[in-house]
Amino acid sequence: MTKNYLEISQVGIEFPTEGEPFRALQNVNLTIAKGEFISLIGHSGCGKSTVLNIVAGLYEATEGGVILEGREVDEPGPDRAVVFQNHALLPWLTVYQNVELAVKCVFKKSKSKPEMRDWIEHNLSLVHMDHALHKLPGELSGGMKQRVGIARCLAMQPKVLLMDEPFGALDALTRAHLQDSLMEIQQQLGNTVIMITHDVDEAVLLSDRIVMMTNGPAASIGEVLPIDLPRPRNRVVLADDPDFNNYRQQVLRFLYEKQKNPTAKAA
Amino acid sequence: MSATSTVFKIAQVVDLLTVSNLRLVFDRIIKMLALPGFGVLVFLMLWQLVANNIITSLGQFPGPNQVWEQSNNLVAEHQRERTKEALFYERQEKRNAKKLAKNPDAVVKVRAYTGKATFVDQIGTSLLTVAFGFMAATLVAVPLGIICGLSESVYRCVNPIIQTFKPVSPLAWLPLVTMVVSALYVSDDPYFEKAFLTSAFTVALCCLWPTVVNTTVGVASIDRDLINVGRVLQLSTSVHIRKIVIPSAIPMIFTGLRLSLATGWMVLIAAEMLAQNPGLGKFIWDEFQNGSSNSLGRIMVAVLVIGVIGFILDSLMLAVQKHVSWDKQAILR
Repeated sequence: MTKNYLEISQVGIEFPTEGEPFRALQNVNLTIAKGEFISLIGHSGCGKSTVLNIVAGLYEATEGGVILEGREVDEPGPDRAVVFQNHALLPWLTVYQNVELAVKCVFKKSKSKPEMRDWIEHNLSLVHMDHALHKLPGELSGGMKQRVGIARCLAMQPKVLLMDEPFGALDALTRAHLQDSLMEIQQQLGNTVIMITHDVDEAVLLSDRIVMMTNGPAASIGEVLPIDLPRPRNRVVLADDPDFNNYRQQVLRFLYEKQKNPTAKAA
Repeated sequence: MSATSTVFKIAQVVDLLTVSNLRLVFDRIIKMLALPGFGVLVFLMLWQLVANNIITSLGQFPGPNQVWEQSNNLVAEHQRERTKEALFYERQEKRNAKKLAKNPDAVVKVRAYTGKATFVDQIGTSLLTVAFGFMAATLVAVPLGIICGLSESVYRCVNPIIQTFKPVSPLAWLPLVTMVVSALYVSDDPYFEKAFLTSAFTVALCCLWPTVVNTTVGVASIDRDLINVGRVLQLSTSVHIRKIVIPSAIPMIFTGLRLSLATGWMVLIAAEMLAQNPGLGKFIWDEFQNGSSNSLGRIMVAVLVIGVIGFILDSLMLAVQKHVSWDKQAILR
């Protein structure tokens, strides 16, 4: 395992506003190993998404930078695929065509047409969506759309998979199904993942490390909690596991005692 | 087909004819036919009533009866003219055949028929003119709108020009367009009539703006996530426009195109009157100058035809919009 696969060093960012520029992040440092599953957790508005967008290259850091496999990140690219909260599928393309668009961009030189077709179908079967290849996103449920969104990213064979609250818009049962699917896929493919979440259980269940962020403005990383639970993990078994509950409690303590909700403070 | 499936089919048909279904069918008939029909009937009655009480210097204002009569006359005139034309060509052909029979080396002349344009011909001319002007406007407006939507800087540069020219009446443009066409379109054997070009370009100038404005809004309001998907995939500008921008903006582009076509059709009549392009506008103008007792009735026929054609054009655009729009659930009207 390469220890310094992805390095976020001294990252800070300011957004221009009418008056003083708004400082969203300051001194964010994080090193991620290959194949690691990282969750970013924190209150709303603490800049989790901003960190993710900087790694994705969608935002440019004001200071500091991100190095992925020895190369600095300076623009968005398919090696850092993003799963958006609201799936972001092109509604006028079918499930197959949505994945195809990504595959054509990434493998236009290295794969032949039949290879591409197999690859698209393979990735859609990973997320159990091979039954709906020719449906439009509008004909699918929220969970199914998100599965396709994940398949589109997996099909890009990214170095890092960036997930921005991927299950935030789903109901609890669908969310659990998708979490299990994601764990299975990550186990199988060994993807490096950074996931933003609001859900403590989700973070503990899925992650190798949980990165807890302080409240903004000028948010930074508060604590990093390694989750040393054996894989494969089973949610039903873990529900009664003292270690699991201990980890949960540590995250909850950070969120609700050390970093009180900024909106609660204002009220 | 097996016996059971036949029975099943019959059962389905019978099911369709149950009382509740009949009610639905009945409701539909009322909604789709009876109510609009009733509206039209009331309008016709009011029209006749009002028309009876208006006396102009050209006689009584035409009611539905006179208009119906005149529309029949116009169709009959058209048919007479077509028969005359056919006879003309027949005579010419015979004459030429005779000439060739006498002397196989004779040079025969084929002359085109030059009878006067009928009402139906004029409708054709108007449709052709508006189509030409609308196409020209679309070819400029959609790309311009896409560029304005993609780049805020370009939009800021172009916006004052759009806002200034948008409210200008076609009648203001026409003299300028006439002079420009006369100056620039110099040809010994012109493919287009100057009046045709003048009218078409005036239409284009006036129906450019709704498409530009709506396309700009449509492109500028594309979902940010979709744009980010394009950035992550590092799509080239042309692929980005083809795969993400245009499909996203299609509903707004079509809203603009429909407004443009409606504007164009309205502007056309005024343009034709002044430019003397032999379409519906010229027809109305000539009838007005003619001032016979039938003129008002004939003009009223033209008014109704203009309205119905405008309605049909919009319905056609709506049908195309429904066809190309990806969101089949959206309610378009």
